[in-house]
Amino acid sequence: MSGLTPFQTLGPFFDFGLVIRNGDLVAQPGAQGRHIVIEGVVRDGAGDVLPDALVEIWQANAAGKYRHPADDQDRPLDPAFDGFGRVATDDQGQFSFKTVVPGRVAGPNGKVQAPHLAVGVLARGLLTRLVTRLYFEDEPSNADDPILALVPAGRRSTLLAKRVGPDRYRFDIKLQGEGETVFFDV
Amino acid sequence: MKYPRPAAGTHPPNDSPGYRSTILRHPKEPLVIIPHTLSELTGPVYPYGRMEDSDSDLTRQHAGEPLGERIIVQGRVLDEDGRPIPKTLVEVWQANAAGRYAHRVDDHPAPLDPNFSGAGRTVTDGEGRYRFVTIRPGAYPWRNHPNAWRPAHIHFSLFGAGFLSRLITQMYFPGDPLMPIDPVLNSIPDERARQRLVSKFDLKVTQPEWALGFTFDIVLRGSKATPMENR
Repeated sequence: MSGLTPFQTLGPFFDFGLVIRNGDLVAQPGAQGRHIVIEGVVRDGAGDVLPDALVEIWQANAAGKYRHPADDQDRPLDPAFDGFGRVATDDQGQFSFKTVVPGRVAGPNGKVQAPHLAVGVLARGLLTRLVTRLYFEDEPSNADDPILALVPAGRRSTLLAKRVGPDRYRFDIKLQGEGETVFFDV
Repeated sequence: MKYPRPAAGTHPPNDSPGYRSTILRHPKEPLVIIPHTLSELTGPVYPYGRMEDSDSDLTRQHAGEPLGERIIVQGRVLDEDGRPIPKTLVEVWQANAAGRYAHRVDDHPAPLDPNFSGAGRTVTDGEGRYRFVTIRPGAYPWRNHPNAWRPAHIHFSLFGAGFLSRLITQMYFPGDPLMPIDPVLNSIPDERARQRLVSKFDLKVTQPEWALGFTFDIVLRGSKATPMENR
């Protein structure tokens, strides 16, 4: 039994090492499903934007299937969709991804989860990765989602991406203070 | 349970005021504990394109050789049960020998090296092994507190088996006198956990007449045996 390797911050000077070309392009143009843009800003406890954060997303395809051997659901993969995105925030703290709305995937105890993205936030001043989820405000199945149900009702709205255009959603991340995003212990 | 929660003291608390940048960036609300669903147990499986040899040899990315002490950094990526994690992406980035990052915001008055970018990546082999050739990075000052200096370190990024095994960390060098006074390293409460971030000088890895060798094994969450725990 070996001990886990501890986390450390990624520091301020990571982007030449971690940013990937087209890291915002999660779904290729030919991917199945409703193509959307997700955009947002990362802010600290003073309301200032983070120009040096890294946002990573991981999601199922439109059929609700993850491209991973542990997903044993009998559903199709999509050759035009991998599901991983990674973007560094710009000088205004902004990030955006081009993706599709994921399908519903299996949850704990035979339940089904509402469409969501797993989101990781890394930055100077963060000694670990913060984990959250993005749900869609206009998705009726949110009401039955087994993970949202674990979140205090008054804070659930921080996990709901707002529809700001026909195919455009806004998901701001607040690390601390008023409107603090719900972060998960996974 | 196949994906136990990390032992207390292993990871630094995000609220670590000795590292000043945490003060406005750590969440104040408690984290919400959630079960491990497919969304946490799956994750990107090597999401990048083709690797070149120079991707893992940071001394061969430019026309000339970088200045500094050439080193080999190698190790294994394992899960908590000691099983190797094959074919997982390992990314590194670091300062040059003078302690300067090739980054537009780094204003430390030390020279850039036109022959050193400081970023590399590789994929572990069937036994979970990785290997980089690089230059020993220099220490550098930062503005966390008066006369603050970071010990020499190499940043590492790994994915492992799933979304929940993601790790970003830093590797340090044995005997560095700056380690005991570094707020970033010492944000880790458990002394034994801190020691796991210190690489070991390894004469077996050292290549005669060419480069010193350091070994740095990395342990990620999870057990690949039966990854489905909670369905």
